Amino acid sequence: MTAPTAIPPTPNQHAIAVRAVTRRFGSTTALDGVELSIRAGEFVALLGRSGSGKSTLLRLLAGLDAPTTGEVRVPQRRMVVFQEPRLLPWKTAIQNVALGLAQDNSRERARSALAEVGLDHRLDAYPATLSGGEAQRTALARALVRDPELLLLDEPFAALDALTRIRMHRLVEALWVRHSPAVLLITHDVDEALLLADRALVLDKGRMVAELQIDLPRPRELGQPGFLGLRKRLLAAIGVQDVPQQDVAPVLHLPPSESKATTVPALLRQLA
Amino acid sequence: MPELSDLSQSHAIAAGPASHDRVFRGRASHGWLRALSPLLLIVLWQIGSSTGVISSRTLAAPSQVLVSFGSLVASGELQHHLLISLGRAAKGLAFALLLGGGLALIAGLSKAGEYVIDAPVQMFRTLPVVALVPLFIIWFGIGEFPKIALVTVAATFPIYLALYAGIRGVDAKLIELARVLGLSRGSLIRNVILPGALPMALVGLRYSLGISLVILVVAEQVNATSGIGYLISDARDFMRTDVIVVGLLVYALLGLTVDVLVRWLERRLLAWRASFVGAAT
Repeated sequence: MTAPTAIPPTPNQHAIAVRAVTRRFGSTTALDGVELSIRAGEFVALLGRSGSGKSTLLRLLAGLDAPTTGEVRVPQRRMVVFQEPRLLPWKTAIQNVALGLAQDNSRERARSALAEVGLDHRLDAYPATLSGGEAQRTALARALVRDPELLLLDEPFAALDALTRIRMHRLVEALWVRHSPAVLLITHDVDEALLLADRALVLDKGRMVAELQIDLPRPRELGQPGFLGLRKRLLAAIGVQDVPQQDVAPVLHLPPSESKATTVPALLRQLA
Repeated sequence: MPELSDLSQSHAIAAGPASHDRVFRGRASHGWLRALSPLLLIVLWQIGSSTGVISSRTLAAPSQVLVSFGSLVASGELQHHLLISLGRAAKGLAFALLLGGGLALIAGLSKAGEYVIDAPVQMFRTLPVVALVPLFIIWFGIGEFPKIALVTVAATFPIYLALYAGIRGVDAKLIELARVLGLSRGSLIRNVILPGALPMALVGLRYSLGISLVILVVAEQVNATSGIGYLISDARDFMRTDVIVVGLLVYALLGLTVDVLVRWLERRLLAWRASFVGAAT
């Protein structure tokens, strides 16, 4: 198995260049002639149902797997945040972040990365004592401390509760703005893609079936002008039709009496 | 106002655990009740011996056992034999840890090692070690070596099996993560695989310690001139059931000590585990 080759800096600065990639497992074809390029610093969301080949593509990009045919070019400095935090339970938060860092000041760098995700008070906590959100922020810090040119996010918020997810969205966006890696976010969540990404791609049965430019101004809010239109188009691309209006707003599950008075954007402001 | 009635309901629910708590504390403070039944048995045993229902040839009275224990300690005989037994167990166990641990590392960390080592070890482990005693006497005579070797052979298997299973059972997702982080092979083994296998290795150690004591009893009762096992088999020749019971008590105490030791080790080495983290805070 050959690892993906690291691309030298090119004038057009592509962080990912995937050409005609096919990946077969026995008789099943997980990826079928996939083309994908992501510019340096671009935030791209990849949507698709379960079994569409999203995870296979991510593993190829992460260097954990090799294509059957085709070419995958990714930068050497790339990091993955998985759906589960994958922290070593026997190491503290700061040890997890510093793991594998060669430099003498690795502890200092790990500390500042944890501070960036708001965890400077939990440096010496074992993962067993961290909440789901804290553990995932630690995983994010572990990725950031390596200053990646490409950040691969594999449904990193799927296991978190709704409120924590909203905070994580804001955190990831802020970190992306500050460090400007190219980001590929794999998600099931159409709203998440619309809130965060410059571009959304839809994978279905191993093929790229749709692409949608998301030109909404940042910071974004659910339901801002243009949001619903893009949402409808994206859902249609995934193959979900006739979405009733009430499916759009309630990301948070609030008692009925309160949800009238409080909009999601207002809640977002409260959280910030 | 529905909120208020909800609140009162939740108060009613909150009272539940509190009353459970009381019940629990009540049971804990009556823990001595559990000691009552064993104590009663000893009293019955003493009465039986004193009235002659239990002859001293069958089983010495508890009071007699206590006296013999005192005199064996006073003469230094017990300590002498105990130290020899402990020395044999320690030596046998040390070799077993080296052998079992080393084999498990080789078999666990490489495919080739698995093919060469795992099959024969799995085959030999089904042998009852006690059945090896005659062969060991023929091979190694009746000196110290066969006794230590028996302990080594018996204690090697649990540590091998547990460590091997522990290494192979390390979460594949963590190994994948290590690849993403670009860890070297050495760093992967040090930081991910060995700590991940440690809980299982400690289970193996617990079994090894236990089996080494059992094998020691057997080894020392065959052609030994010292050790707790010898003390017991020597007492048998003189029908000294009191000394035999003292020897049995010492073995039981050793077993308990070993258990406490391993627990202490687990608490220190596995401090990151949720159960221990919770207990520490």
